[in-house]
Amino acid sequence: MTQYSIQNTKDSKLKTEEMVLNMGPQHPSTHGVLRLELQIDGEIIIDVVPHIGYLHRCFEKHCEAMTYPQIIPYTDRMDYLASMYNEFGYALAMERLMKIEVPERVEYIRVIMGELQRIASHLVALGTYGADIGAFTPFLFCFRDRERILHLFEITCGARLLYNYIWIGGLSHDLHPDFIRLTKEFIKDFRPNVKELNELLSYNRIFIERTANVGILPIETAINYGVTGPNLRASGLKWDLRRDDPYSAYHKFDYEIPVGSGEKGKTGDCWDRYYVRVLEMEESLKIIEQAIDTIPDGDVSSAIPKRVKPPEGQIYTRVENPRGELGYFIISDGSLNPARVKVRAPSFVTMQVFPELCKGFMVADVVAILGSVDIVLGEIDR
Amino acid sequence: MMYDWLYNLTGNEILAMFIVSLLPLFVFILPFALFAVLMERKVSAHMQDRLGPMRTGYHGILQTVADIFKLLQKEDLVPTATDKTLFNFAPLLVFIGSYAAFAAIPFSGFFIGSKIDLGLIFIVGVTGLVVAGILMAGWASNNKYSLLGAMRAAAQIISYEIPTLMIILMIVMLTGTLSLYDLSELQTAYFWNWLILGGPAVGLQKILLIPFMIMGCLIIYTSTLAEVNRTPFDIPEAESELVSGYHTEYSGMKFAMFFLAEYANMFAVSAIVAVLFFGGYQSPFGYLGNTLGWTWLVPIEQFFWFTSKGLFFVFVQMWLRWTLPRFRVDQLMAFCWKYLIPFSFVILLLVGLIALM
Amino acid sequence: MKTAEEIFNQLKEKFGSSIIELKTDKPVEPFIVVHPLEIDKICLFLRDDKELLFDSLMNLSGVDDANGTKVKDDKGLETINGGTLSVYYHLESTKLRHKLTLKTSADREKPEVVTVTESWKGADWHEREAYDMYGIIFLNHPDLRRILMPYDWEYGFPLRKDYKNPEFYQGMKVPY
Repeated sequence: MTQYSIQNTKDSKLKTEEMVLNMGPQHPSTHGVLRLELQIDGEIIIDVVPHIGYLHRCFEKHCEAMTYPQIIPYTDRMDYLASMYNEFGYALAMERLMKIEVPERVEYIRVIMGELQRIASHLVALGTYGADIGAFTPFLFCFRDRERILHLFEITCGARLLYNYIWIGGLSHDLHPDFIRLTKEFIKDFRPNVKELNELLSYNRIFIERTANVGILPIETAINYGVTGPNLRASGLKWDLRRDDPYSAYHKFDYEIPVGSGEKGKTGDCWDRYYVRVLEMEESLKIIEQAIDTIPDGDVSSAIPKRVKPPEGQIYTRVENPRGELGYFIISDGSLNPARVKVRAPSFVTMQVFPELCKGFMVADVVAILGSVDIVLGEIDR
Repeated sequence: MMYDWLYNLTGNEILAMFIVSLLPLFVFILPFALFAVLMERKVSAHMQDRLGPMRTGYHGILQTVADIFKLLQKEDLVPTATDKTLFNFAPLLVFIGSYAAFAAIPFSGFFIGSKIDLGLIFIVGVTGLVVAGILMAGWASNNKYSLLGAMRAAAQIISYEIPTLMIILMIVMLTGTLSLYDLSELQTAYFWNWLILGGPAVGLQKILLIPFMIMGCLIIYTSTLAEVNRTPFDIPEAESELVSGYHTEYSGMKFAMFFLAEYANMFAVSAIVAVLFFGGYQSPFGYLGNTLGWTWLVPIEQFFWFTSKGLFFVFVQMWLRWTLPRFRVDQLMAFCWKYLIPFSFVILLLVGLIALM
Repeated sequence: MKTAEEIFNQLKEKFGSSIIELKTDKPVEPFIVVHPLEIDKICLFLRDDKELLFDSLMNLSGVDDANGTKVKDDKGLETINGGTLSVYYHLESTKLRHKLTLKTSADREKPEVVTVTESWKGADWHEREAYDMYGIIFLNHPDLRRILMPYDWEYGFPLRKDYKNPEFYQGMKVPY
């Protein structure tokens, strides 16, 4: 247990001076352009003030000038590691607003793409986390596997990162003829790689020393702050929107929801947050396997509306993005452009709880904690 | 000996000394640094399922040469708010510290830069200069990251010198010499005379010594790893936390000097481990030169064995770097003070008892 | 599980005139309109009541209703006078699995809403964002600064419908 009592350092008779350390916006492990103002006493963190907004690209203002289908490429650019899921959420919100029934094949393909995207996103999270802790090799192992998924996306829609694939009411393309075969091959090759990652990093003694009992997020704090996704599950709440607020075809598949158990330290520490993601990749593989075995035939573009003009009204729809609850709040005034699109970004909410996690730990732990909550600045700043 | 030979050849003491002292730099350290950087890149690449540099020359062997040219051409940036004198002097000091250590390293029985009797103490002492250089660099940079890195480095290097010295002391106690040449000569003939296998002792004493020697070897290897700031002990330049620690503000050739010093240091500590426990320049199976009667071959063979042993330990350092995550600063200190130092004291005591037998 | 209607009746009983109306005519979600200066008490009640337990704030978003009178100046640029700015609250209970939407509106000229950070700490940044984008003042907020825009942005609130770009920002021409 290495959390220092901040009060102790303040009360100590030895006169010490606090220092302000500016971490970022250009720093190797702030995962983008985040600026953290660390107040430190020696190496112990007294307080952290995050400053965001360096990547603000006016998504919400742009949306008000766009027609509804034109917004989809913009959603890609928010959480650029999980673009597929951003489109998924937006399309779902629009379909609910316009009451469109989408064909079953579309639902299945969306689920497959969404879960592949979840694995790809988690691989980046796990790999960069290893790099943050100082192990560089797992980072490249993860990127090697992610490359296969990006290839699958590329043959499907021609893009590797920003897809514009999931449209309102359908998809831009049907699956590539090789897709099913390549996905099966990927799943077969990927399972041993997860085992390898576990041996190399997850159960590495130094890694456990660095992450267990560090940055503990108690469950009450997590709910009060609105933290969602793997970070919430690592704190021990079995809460997954795929199960608790079902959407698309997720109710048809059989999968577990991994939660943090405090196996190496306290529940909700960095190691738990890391390991929940490892376990989730396996569950995503299960969903993909079931989905590609039972995928129905059909036309993927039959339900795409010619003109997207939703009725006047408002809707809040949320999906389980790899980082947590991704919500779209859309107000329509009955015209071709939305009156308001607000995105509830999971990382934005997670970032708020970050100062709470850091207090009393050391500068090196800030990096470990920041990596474990897995933020994407593109989504925080939008 | 090289010096005597050159003295006879030129008839000039100063010239002979000059050549002898420059030889390791030009014949060994610079080419070694070039090779080691490439080796690091290739080793890491193949450990990570990729190829590494491939374009410059056959399989990228000219990559580091190209890098050197790039570094030479770079503008020598000195930030305004630095302490100029210290800032410029720090990389030199670091480099001098690690370069001077090579003076006492026995590359072969024929060539030792300086055959001083206090070789071991000299190396440990002169590498201590590196700490001063690092602290200077961190302070003079006027950058908080550099300062944090330098403070960490100072604390780390000084702490880890204690177990290193304890193990050196153990060897000195056992062998009764501080000269690296005598140490190597002591472990002559076959590999069972190496100190890791109890040295030239015989009978029960040898068998009793073996476990302690292996432990001692592990301790000294770990602590020298920490002294040269390699993963898992690379917290002074922890890339993901402190950008790159004490040399954040350096660029161009000054950065290259830190870099060169790091690689030179890697070999220096590997050489110490090789000399202390693995017979120094001695061949494990006797010499081909002696068998064939070609005595001129022996020094070359010795040089080969010495560099191979050194390179092997450098390789292990790289292997560890690309496998292990990094410790946190307090864990690192705890590891030294709570485990390495007590263990090294116990080993020192027990080996002393065995040596008395 | 409670429907919006049941919750509305319960709230109406407790808070009386602070609860203005239940809107169900607009698709797709019904929402309850409440008074902006009472929202903190209502939210505390919603969070702590045994039958409601709204322990999580999913989303908080500021909205420009653009329902005032539009005035064009001589350059042809529009400004809106009068009307309201609104804040939407999307609440959820992780224990009882029900959801609720609240809406509160404040005058465009004096947009003041009481903060709900006391109930949910997660509201902090959401409210800062609403302030940043719409200029809605959250009373009693612990740290009401700009969040996404630069701290020294003095040229208004960008998501208001009548927002105009400044010509220069720190000496740089804006549409450069």
